[in-house]
Amino acid sequence: MAYDKFEILKSTVVPLPVENVDTDQIIPARFLKATERVGFGDNLFRDWRYNSDNTPKAEFVLNNPIYKGKILVGGKNFGSGSSREHAVWAVYDYGFRCVVSSFFADIFRGNCLNIGVLPVQVSAEFLDKIFEAIKANPDTEIEINLPNQTVTLLESGEQESFDINSYKKENMLNGFDDIDYLTKMKSEIQEFAEARPF
Amino acid sequence: MSNTLFDKVWDSHVIRKINDGPDVLFIDRHLIHEVTSPVAFLGLKSRNNSVLFPNRTFATADHNTPTINQHLPVQDPLSANQLKALEQNAAEYGIVHWGLGHQKNGIVHVVGPENGITLPGATIVCGDSHTSTHGAFGAVAFGIGTSEVEMVLSSQCIMQPKPKKMRINVNGKLGFGVTPKDVALFLISKLSASGATGYFVEYAGDVFKNMSMEGRMTVCNLSIEMGARGGIIAPDEKTFSYVEGRLFTPKGASWDKSMDYWKTLKSDEDAIFDKEINFFAIDIEPMITYGTNPGMGTGISNYIPKAESVEGGVATYRKSLEYMGFNEGDKMIGKKVDFVFLGSCTNGRIEDFRDFASIVKGRKKADNITAWLVPGSHVVEAQIEEEGILDILTEAGFELREPGCSACLAMNDDKVPAGKVAVSTSNRNFEGRQGPGSRTMLASPLVAAATAVTGVLTDPRTLL
Repeated sequence: MAYDKFEILKSTVVPLPVENVDTDQIIPARFLKATERVGFGDNLFRDWRYNSDNTPKAEFVLNNPIYKGKILVGGKNFGSGSSREHAVWAVYDYGFRCVVSSFFADIFRGNCLNIGVLPVQVSAEFLDKIFEAIKANPDTEIEINLPNQTVTLLESGEQESFDINSYKKENMLNGFDDIDYLTKMKSEIQEFAEARPF
Repeated sequence: MSNTLFDKVWDSHVIRKINDGPDVLFIDRHLIHEVTSPVAFLGLKSRNNSVLFPNRTFATADHNTPTINQHLPVQDPLSANQLKALEQNAAEYGIVHWGLGHQKNGIVHVVGPENGITLPGATIVCGDSHTSTHGAFGAVAFGIGTSEVEMVLSSQCIMQPKPKKMRINVNGKLGFGVTPKDVALFLISKLSASGATGYFVEYAGDVFKNMSMEGRMTVCNLSIEMGARGGIIAPDEKTFSYVEGRLFTPKGASWDKSMDYWKTLKSDEDAIFDKEINFFAIDIEPMITYGTNPGMGTGISNYIPKAESVEGGVATYRKSLEYMGFNEGDKMIGKKVDFVFLGSCTNGRIEDFRDFASIVKGRKKADNITAWLVPGSHVVEAQIEEEGILDILTEAGFELREPGCSACLAMNDDKVPAGKVAVSTSNRNFEGRQGPGSRTMLASPLVAAATAVTGVLTDPRTLL
């Protein structure tokens, strides 16, 4: 599924200063029963966001109207656990295009890049700065500049650069995905397969 | 040049290396199930692509299937819909499909090895993070997302950067009552739930050499719980005799050729790992987790650590204990338990049922315990019966359910109610993993059995 190009994103942010946010929290398994990629945003962080009677939990950040934006900022080891891409679909479908953390779980990071959510890994110090800035001013804006690979706190001008390999960067900038690339390699793949022992 | 086992398998599957980008990796065998494949098939159709090599993909239903009355129609319409989608997609593209009720049906990571889909030196992927299980055979096996499932269907390849390499050596002899599950939970507790992120882990040393194939599967299965992309163990005679003669194992000349290759599958003596860690078997006791990630584990005779003594944020740690209803400094043994779950891709194989039976034999299930015993496959189920284990379980007041993922992720009706505590042989103790509000303590089948007969968390060494 193609996605919108990602170049420069300027937005307020939603802070979630919790470590080891696993994909079961991002979307619990009982919401994985769809056969189409629709409606996952409604169940993003379902059990942190709603009580068992489906009333919103007022203290959870997504239910607090002062926090909004297209950037989600989470604690260390974000997206651990299950490989469910549904977690990233939920993040995207809710309206986020970027997740910032000081450390991402591997599969979650890969899934993000495959569907057009940019995972931005910053230092633990810079992550703290972001959380502090939001605490001081919930309207704090952040700029994610993919061509320059920088993340900037617009109020203070504090900036850090982030890593992304040039192949994935090109994909994000153009809205391409890996299947576009692989379908052009078909004959090479068929040749390789024939030589496999099993 | 000297290479690690992982290098040998990975590198031999790279079709193209992209400068400052991922490798294009050929996938020998692809496992699919009902939950993470439907959207991949939709994508395939919307792009007018087809399945490039249908004989390299294998489908089984496991994640949302009921574990009772499997002969009846599935009650939950959403689950039934996913099962139907899997069946239809498999039929449309000519993919082997073991649906509900099929004698080969079971958990994807249990039926793979049982049927010789899992082979040494192969690349194996599945839209499930516990695909790392298959590394027990010397395969490079790992979980992928649904976009990648579509890639494999349409091109038999995925695009990933090569992970770094770590070797974990555990030497010596495991103590009485210490099982492969305890070894894995011990390693995760030492490395943390993210300690191996970015790495592919090779397990080496006496402990893994002496371990059964089932035990190796349990260890490799849990690699993802310390963040690793996967785990791998060098294949040996045990591995070869396990895979020989199974349904999708190479036969005849192809077997001989494969064996020649498989015998080369070990890390060269001077191979360099990005990280190497050593542990001793003697330091490992039966393990239990007390928090909401698998890294929050300790020896069963220990007390819950103080927040100041653990790495990571104090607030996150306290939030975790609060969810569990535990306090810093609590003693683990004797904790009240409501549910016991034996099963999952981690501990749903025959050896796990043998372990469980060894303790409950001649004893009775405690009245306060609800026990769910779920074999990993129909093959395991049949073996339980043949070996007389079923009689032991029945005599002790336990019932055997039908195969599936069950309470490991509670997509079906096997849900632990809010606030209740489960001792579970599965792989994740995340908040709500076994049902909204459920509290999970991860443990070995021996600990689960000891707890099931006493009604409180119990050290199995006192009952063996």
